[in-house]
Amino acid sequence: MWYLCVFYHRLLDFRKPEFESLAPLFGAFGDNRSFHDSVLQWRLPKDHHPNSPFHFVHLPSEEIARKLANRSILVKGIYELWGEGNDYEELEEAVKSYPDERKLPYLGSESTFKITVDSFGKVLSLQQQNERIEGLSFIPFKGRVNLKNPDHNFWLMETDAHETNNGLPPVVQRRIFFGREVGGADRKLIPLYQLKTRNYLGPTSMDAEMAFLMANQAQAAPGKLVYDPFVGTGSILVSAAHFGAMTMGADIDIRVVLDGRGPDCNVWSNFKQYGLPMPVGLLRADNNLPPWRPGLKEVFDAIICDPPYGVRAGGRKSGGRKLLKGIIGPYTVPDDKRADHIPSTAAYTLVECVHDLLDLAARMLVMNGRLVFFYPVLREDGSAENHFPEHPCFKLVATSEQMLSSRYSRVLLTMVKTSLYTEELALAAKIKHLEFKENHLKWLEDGTLHSSVFSTSDAESGFVLKLTNIKSPLLHELSSQSLLEYDILNPICLVISARTVLELFLGAPVTIRVVLSSAKFTNATIVSVSVAEEASIHQEDMAKVPSRQDWRKKKKN
Amino acid sequence: MRLLTHNMLSSNIKGVTNGFPLRIQVEKVVEKQVEINHDFLRNIFPKIDWKAFSDASRIMGYNELPEEPPEPSVLESDVEFLGKFHHALLELHLEEGALLCPETGRKFPVSKGIPNMLLLEDEV
Repeated sequence: MWYLCVFYHRLLDFRKPEFESLAPLFGAFGDNRSFHDSVLQWRLPKDHHPNSPFHFVHLPSEEIARKLANRSILVKGIYELWGEGNDYEELEEAVKSYPDERKLPYLGSESTFKITVDSFGKVLSLQQQNERIEGLSFIPFKGRVNLKNPDHNFWLMETDAHETNNGLPPVVQRRIFFGREVGGADRKLIPLYQLKTRNYLGPTSMDAEMAFLMANQAQAAPGKLVYDPFVGTGSILVSAAHFGAMTMGADIDIRVVLDGRGPDCNVWSNFKQYGLPMPVGLLRADNNLPPWRPGLKEVFDAIICDPPYGVRAGGRKSGGRKLLKGIIGPYTVPDDKRADHIPSTAAYTLVECVHDLLDLAARMLVMNGRLVFFYPVLREDGSAENHFPEHPCFKLVATSEQMLSSRYSRVLLTMVKTSLYTEELALAAKIKHLEFKENHLKWLEDGTLHSSVFSTSDAESGFVLKLTNIKSPLLHELSSQSLLEYDILNPICLVISARTVLELFLGAPVTIRVVLSSAKFTNATIVSVSVAEEASIHQEDMAKVPSRQDWRKKKKN
Repeated sequence: MRLLTHNMLSSNIKGVTNGFPLRIQVEKVVEKQVEINHDFLRNIFPKIDWKAFSDASRIMGYNELPEEPPEPSVLESDVEFLGKFHHALLELHLEEGALLCPETGRKFPVSKGIPNMLLLEDEV
C-alpha cells in the first residue's frame, strides 16, 4: 500500500537513506536477507521537487510503516492518505470517494480523535487553522475529541510554493493532504541525548541526531555487535546501544579510553548516564596495527565511525620516530622504562586511514554487515565529481552529504559487505600497508586531505619488477597485461601497478621471487615478496636515494 | 575486559608469529550483570576459539565450562549451558591485571577494565 511519508525538512541527503536502511529491519522486504538488492518504491507528489519533505512510499503493511517511522529520526510522520487536491473542493471530493471500509473503523463513536493542521511554505494563524478544521465537517466524525492522548490522529497538511527560496526553485507546489497518522519519529531522543548534558565530551563527539542517523544506517539492533575503531568519548556507540546493539570500541589515545576527566567521567559513564548496557569491550589499540588474533573474521555486524581526518583532530598511529635518549639504540626502549613508557606516535594520513578501515571492515564484518563512516569532501571545485573510496568486498549503498562550511563538507558513506574477504585481498592489504610504512614521509606531504582525496593518481604509481625464476607462460601473460611501461631490452623489468602484480602472481601456480621497487616515490625502497611466504622488508636493500624533503632542502641551498 | 575481548586479541609485536592466546594475569576480577541475548550468543559461538576461552575462564576462577567445544546444537536446546556461556563470555571482567604475550612474555596491562594493546616504538 502507498503511504504519505513526510520528512523533517533538514539533513535532506540523509532522509531517504535512513528510511531505506531501516526498511529491511522491520520486514519491508519479507524475510529476504540480501537487503542490498531490494529497493523501496517512492514517488513524489505532483510538481514537487525531490527535496520536498513530502513523498509517497510503498510499504507492505501499516505495522511495518509504524515501526519504521517510530525508529527513524527524520520521519515526521507516515500517513494513510484519505485524499489530496489542489484546493479544498478537490480535497473534499477525494476524501468522499476514499472507500468507507478504510475510513469508518477510525470514525466510530467509541474512539477519540484529534485533527492537527500543519503547513509547509506558509504560516497559518490559529483562526485560519480552526477554519480549516471546520471545513472538514463533511467527514462523519462520531468519536469524541481528545487533544492529549487520542486514539486516532488526523492531519491536514497544506503546502505552498514559497515565492522566495534564496533564488532556488520552490521545493513544493500548492497541495493539500488529509490523512490518518500511522507513526512518527521519536524526536524526544535528541534532547534526551543532546551533547550539552553529556558527562564526558571531547572535541569531536558526534552530535546526538547524527549519531542516531549513523546507527540507523548501520541497522543497529538487539543481538548485533557494533564496533567503532575511533571510539573517542563513545558518542556513536551510545546511539547504537540505545537501539539494543552490543558495542565494542578502540582508540589509540589513552586519555580517551582510560581516565577521561576524573573518576566517574569517562566512556563507561556516558553509557551509565542513559542506563544503557556498557560496551562489551573497550581497548586501547591502533587501527593501523589492530591486535586481532590471526584467523579471526566476520565477528562484527556493523562498523560505525568518524575517522580522524585531521580537520578537527588529526589521526595518529604507532611507530613514531621520536628519538629516545637511550644507550641501546635510537628507537629502543630501555628495559627499566618499558612499563611506563608512552610510545610516540606518527601522523596518520587520510588515505592510509581509509585503507586500514576498509581492510579491517572487509575482514571483520559478517556478510551483509555494514560499514558506516564519514568522509571529508572539499567543495571548492563546485561541481567536481567525488571519488569515494572503493573496495572489492563492499557495495556503496548510500552517500549523504552534510555541509559544514562553504568550502568543506563531509559525506556519510554506507557500504554493505557483499563478498568474502579472500587471501588475495589480505595479501594486497599487507603490501599496501608496507608501502605506506616505507613512504611515510611522502604520504605526509602528498597524503593530505586535498591531494590524496581529490587526485586519485593511484594508477600512476608503479613498481619496477625484477623477476627471477619465472616460467615462460607467466612472462607471456605478464607482457599481455596493460602495463604502464615495458622495457623491450630487459623484458623482465616491468613497470606495473601494485594491484596488477598481485592479481597476476596470486593466481600463478609457481613460487616466484618478486622484487618490487617503487618507481614513483623518490625514496625508493625494495620489498621482497614471494607468494609462498609473507611479505617482509629488507632494510639493507633500501636504495640510497634522498627523500623528497632532503632534495628540497638541497635545492634551497 | 570480558573474555569475549580476550578471545579476539593477540600480541601483534613485530616478529611474533604466535601471539594467541594471551596469558591472563589476574589482579582483580569483578562480575557485572549483563542481560542475556540468545541470538547474540548463537551468532558469536562459532567465532569463539573454545580452548582459549575455557582456559581463560578457569584462570578467572570460573570452572563450569567444558574443556572440549560443545556441539553447536547445545545452543538451541540447553538453556543452562547458554547461561554459563553467557556468564563466562560477558559477565566476568578482568578489571585489573595484564595480558602476556605467549611468545615474548611482553606484558599488556589491563587497567580499569581496558587492555592497552599499543606497541612501543621498537615493537612496531
